Amino acid sequence: MSNDFLAVNNLTVHHGQLCAVDDVSFSVQRGEVFAMIGANGAGKSTLMRTIAGLQKLTSGSISFKGQEISLMPPHKRVKFGVSLVPEGRRLFSSMTLEENLQVGEFKSNKGPFNIHRIYELFPWMPDRRRQLAWQFSGGEQQSIALGRALLTNPELLLIDELSLGLAPIVIEKIYALIPEIVKEGLSVMIVEQDVAQGVGVASRVHCLLEGRTSLSGVPADLTSEAIERAYFGADLNSTKDH
Amino acid sequence: MIWFNLIIQGILVGGFYALFACGLSLMFGVMRVINLAHGDMAVVAGYVAVMLTPHFHIPMLWSFLVVVPLFGLVGYLVQRTLIQKSIDRDPFTTLLVTFGLSVVIENALLQLYTANAQTISIGSILYKSWHPASIIYISYQSLVVLAIAVVVLASLQLFLSKTGTGRQIRAVADDQEAAQLSGTNYRHIFGVAAAISFATVALAGIAYGMTTQFAPTSGGINLLFAFEAVVIGGIGSLWGTLVGGIALGIAQQIGSHINPQYTLLGGNVLFLIVLAIRPQGLFGKKSSL
Repeated sequence: MSNDFLAVNNLTVHHGQLCAVDDVSFSVQRGEVFAMIGANGAGKSTLMRTIAGLQKLTSGSISFKGQEISLMPPHKRVKFGVSLVPEGRRLFSSMTLEENLQVGEFKSNKGPFNIHRIYELFPWMPDRRRQLAWQFSGGEQQSIALGRALLTNPELLLIDELSLGLAPIVIEKIYALIPEIVKEGLSVMIVEQDVAQGVGVASRVHCLLEGRTSLSGVPADLTSEAIERAYFGADLNSTKDH
Repeated sequence: MIWFNLIIQGILVGGFYALFACGLSLMFGVMRVINLAHGDMAVVAGYVAVMLTPHFHIPMLWSFLVVVPLFGLVGYLVQRTLIQKSIDRDPFTTLLVTFGLSVVIENALLQLYTANAQTISIGSILYKSWHPASIIYISYQSLVVLAIAVVVLASLQLFLSKTGTGRQIRAVADDQEAAQLSGTNYRHIFGVAAAISFATVALAGIAYGMTTQFAPTSGGINLLFAFEAVVIGGIGSLWGTLVGGIALGIAQQIGSHINPQYTLLGGNVLFLIVLAIRPQGLFGKKSSL
């Protein structure tokens, strides 16, 4: 086993007949922010769901803290320190804000986050804690989903499509919290369609194209052209020349 | 006064229907399983209560102290083995499996206890009734069953909203994957929901056995009433189930007042009206369908 915090090796995942993730390998180190970018349908969300345990892998391995976790059910992975903020937020719609957070807290690990701490991070929450989840705006729901995941006190926080359907100013506000989360000792892996956001916050970037790795590296070393090529799968400038 | 009496009697029988139906509603809400053996479980509970008396010298009135926890345990085990296996295959399989379970139970009871009707006999006090006005008789027994139903529903409501496990049950009902991502073992939660369902239907079965005679095949008609109460009240709402049960009870009383043969018809007509006008039920949310 390697010393990597999260090590994904030769991971292949199928959606029925469709190969959504094809032989992808990467690793995430303790304390870093790792960004997985790629266009719609590149397999990013499938990859995240597989790491969290919601989806079965076809082949390959996922090891976390040196232990193979690919056969562990999702709730045990949470106990082991992996928590996913799912795409589309997925709040419990019949429950209040506070109850959503309480579900996250109920089986939590020991750690820095409790409901009080979440209310400090999001000062608007305490006054509205008895409102039902569906009554909140998209950005507020995303904050609740983030809070719910943090309350399990993960060591590795996976965030899927944080910016989907949110106004730019709201996205910026939530992204501003990521350094604060890392300060608490968490590692963060984000999935983004919005390349600028992903590259801006990450210490390392990995790009997926149609289920395969198309680029990987440190943001400072990557030119925007290289990212563009890896993201869209074609050299846009050269196609313009024709 | 006649109408007043019909409503009183409807409410009294409605409490029993709600007690019977709440477990059915819970299992559907949490794991999307329609337990077609729900009615038969009540009958089995009745038989176990009858059997306990000669074998273990437990007075029939107190048999529920043994039967209810026992059925909770059985519910958990049946869910974690048989029903979970069928959920894992596909949702339709659960219908076939619970239907099969129902057939097996009915025939096993016939084999073991013959088709003779049984009854749970209790002390004479509950057979008396209160007679507040000329034609109104309120049987103590029905009153006790109604009170039990209200207490059970209220405790269940409290459990679901105030405890961690209760919130997990609601979380799984809302979004199973998101609940897992919050550290919930949904299979265990399914088991807990089934335990509650079996325990409440066992209580209902004993109440039924005290009120009237039952035979191995009595489960079916009670399952029908439970379905109607749940649909009238709205899936996923416990108080809706109580109101649904009471509405069903009143409709049946009105039917039987018009003509004693129309008891079931009255309930079925209300059921169809609700389905036609408000398919999500009186207290149901549209999105839950």
